[in-house]
Amino acid sequence: MAKITMREAISQALMEEMDRDPAVFIMGEEVGVWGGTYAVTKGFYDKYGAMRVKDTPIAENAIIGGAIGAAMVGQRPVAELMTINFGFSAMDYIVNQAPKLHYMFGGQFTLPLVIRAVGGGGRQLGATHSQTPDAVFAHFPGLKVISPGTPEDAKGLLKSAIRSNDPVLFIEHATMYQVRGEVPEGEYTIPIGKSKVQRAGKDLTIVTYCKGLELSMKAADELSKQGIEVEVVDLRTLRPLDMEPVIESFKKTNRAVVVEEGWKSYGVGSEIVSRIYEEAFDYVDAPIIRVAQKEVPLPYNRTLEQAALPQVADITAAVKEVLK
Amino acid sequence: MKKEQQLDLYRQMVLIRRLEERGAELYQQGKIGGFMHLYIGQEAVSTGLIAAREPRDRVITAYRDHGVALNCGISANEVMAELLGKATGMSKGKGGSMHMADTSKNMWGGHAIVGGHLPIASGFAIGDQYAGNDNVTICMFGEGATNIGYFHEALNIAKTWNLRVLWVCENNQYGMGTTVERASAVTDIRQKAEGYGMKNGQVDGMDVMKVYDAAKEALEFVRKNSQPYLLEIDTYRFRGHSMGDPERYRKQEEVKKWQENDPIGIFNKQLLDKKIATRKALDEIEARVKEEVAKAVEFAEASPEPALEELYTDIYAD
Ligand SMILES: Cc1ncc(C[n+]2csc(CCOP(=O)(O)OP(=O)(O)O)c2C)c(N)n1
Ligand SMILES: [Mg+2]
Repeated sequence: MAKITMREAISQALMEEMDRDPAVFIMGEEVGVWGGTYAVTKGFYDKYGAMRVKDTPIAENAIIGGAIGAAMVGQRPVAELMTINFGFSAMDYIVNQAPKLHYMFGGQFTLPLVIRAVGGGGRQLGATHSQTPDAVFAHFPGLKVISPGTPEDAKGLLKSAIRSNDPVLFIEHATMYQVRGEVPEGEYTIPIGKSKVQRAGKDLTIVTYCKGLELSMKAADELSKQGIEVEVVDLRTLRPLDMEPVIESFKKTNRAVVVEEGWKSYGVGSEIVSRIYEEAFDYVDAPIIRVAQKEVPLPYNRTLEQAALPQVADITAAVKEVLK
Repeated sequence: MKKEQQLDLYRQMVLIRRLEERGAELYQQGKIGGFMHLYIGQEAVSTGLIAAREPRDRVITAYRDHGVALNCGISANEVMAELLGKATGMSKGKGGSMHMADTSKNMWGGHAIVGGHLPIASGFAIGDQYAGNDNVTICMFGEGATNIGYFHEALNIAKTWNLRVLWVCENNQYGMGTTVERASAVTDIRQKAEGYGMKNGQVDGMDVMKVYDAAKEALEFVRKNSQPYLLEIDTYRFRGHSMGDPERYRKQEEVKKWQENDPIGIFNKQLLDKKIATRKALDEIEARVKEEVAKAVEFAEASPEPALEELYTDIYAD
């Protein structure tokens, strides 16, 4: 096992898939000459050239719409949204076209396209640039939505996403590119739509993903020192959602906290909690609590922004509340 | 233009430059966060442009907005306080560098979604047309923003509905690291107005008086004829796209060449050559600006952080 950063993991996945399949190409703003705003595609332009690493104009509709078209005629584009917030400028393509076309035309063609998008708050970028709107996108059948929390998962899942014949939204977190983790040597993929227990425990189940995983693992360490052993289940893919490991864990612990960075209302947590009540009601020993972002647009001021974002302390407090 | 006004324009340009230089230092020290886009090199554009407006004319721009804010009469104190995220900033520290506005001064903001404010500018003009006044909306944006759909929708509706908008494209040659040639089908951005049958012009953005004259003429056209106008102003940013830009996409020689055309240097020379000001007078302006900036930093640092309750204010108006 090698220890690499999230940035390296994503970069490796892209490079391996580009080397493996000539149909794979990248298009997005500043992915080429600049090397990617988060330096994920650094060196790609020199290695693959302008035809396979396309610096686009600032034109999100042309990027996502263009990727859809290229995918329909047999290529495998990886389109990049500099941030997921700019996806709102191309919302029609992401939620109203890509997820519908295969179905609506009776499966005549496929859309093997990946949209990589950087999401998340915590960088003082203000209300329009800091969102974690994953739940919005996960609402739409026909779109696959992945949001990994470890380098291993990021690499394996991105490779699967590129090989998938369906449109996939792959959401990365702006503050997690330096996160380090072990990655298997050599070629591997991780299946889309499989949740995973990232930490075993017996007292309570934390269900989370992406940034929430980073926070939850820290919370689990702290709780462990206090004699509380939580099990952490990482969703990894939001749609299609795999509830099996969640339900299995819950049947064991009978208690849960759901952690996400996005807003609580109509969020990922809302979905998870409903599903637990629907599928394991007889096992519920205590109300399930959601830890999420305060219901405000994120402010620029650092103290205020941090106060709005979920913190490790919010998770430990929620766990203790549920265990009370 | 009267001597006093010319000197005031010079003061504004120097103020933008010095305030941003201090801002860059404060950013390096971690006192300013987020994205901060400097206007250094482009000072003549908004200075000349906004000097040409009537106070009733509205201004709206993108995230590169410190200069525009100062030109519109927002104080250095408030700009600095907003950069530091303080309660005394014009957006109470909730907006930051990219979101400076003071609607009492007809500065309707810094907007951070590229091109997103253009249809809003059309909307200002729709509102003013509906109210029956002859206000002009001045909408500033980069050349990179002319490649996104928003631009085209906004221009089309402005022409079709006879809206009083002065579209001002600040062509600084790059959208982040992408040159105009690599991103735009035509490199003379003004040509894009032709497709909408819109009157247009182009001016050297390193010469503040030329910008002023072109803007005066364009504003008069818009107001008189109730027609939009696209003015392309050619300029160059001396610094990176935003703080921390490694600038791998351009050569330092290119930057140096443009820096020889420093808009402040050019204006300084003009003022001396035309004997509008003595060197001593210009030095005095420089000294006064330095003091103003120092005071602004002091003010901002001494200002309180927004209260935690501010998190929940201004979400809804009702
Ligand atoms: C819709 C959208 N896409 C992408 C971005 C990221 N972005 C911010 S500024 C910028 C470049 C804009 O270039 P230009 O319009 O020429 O303005 P300049 O920065 O040169 O002043 C990009 C791509 C954004 N803010 N909004
Ligand atoms: Mg530009």
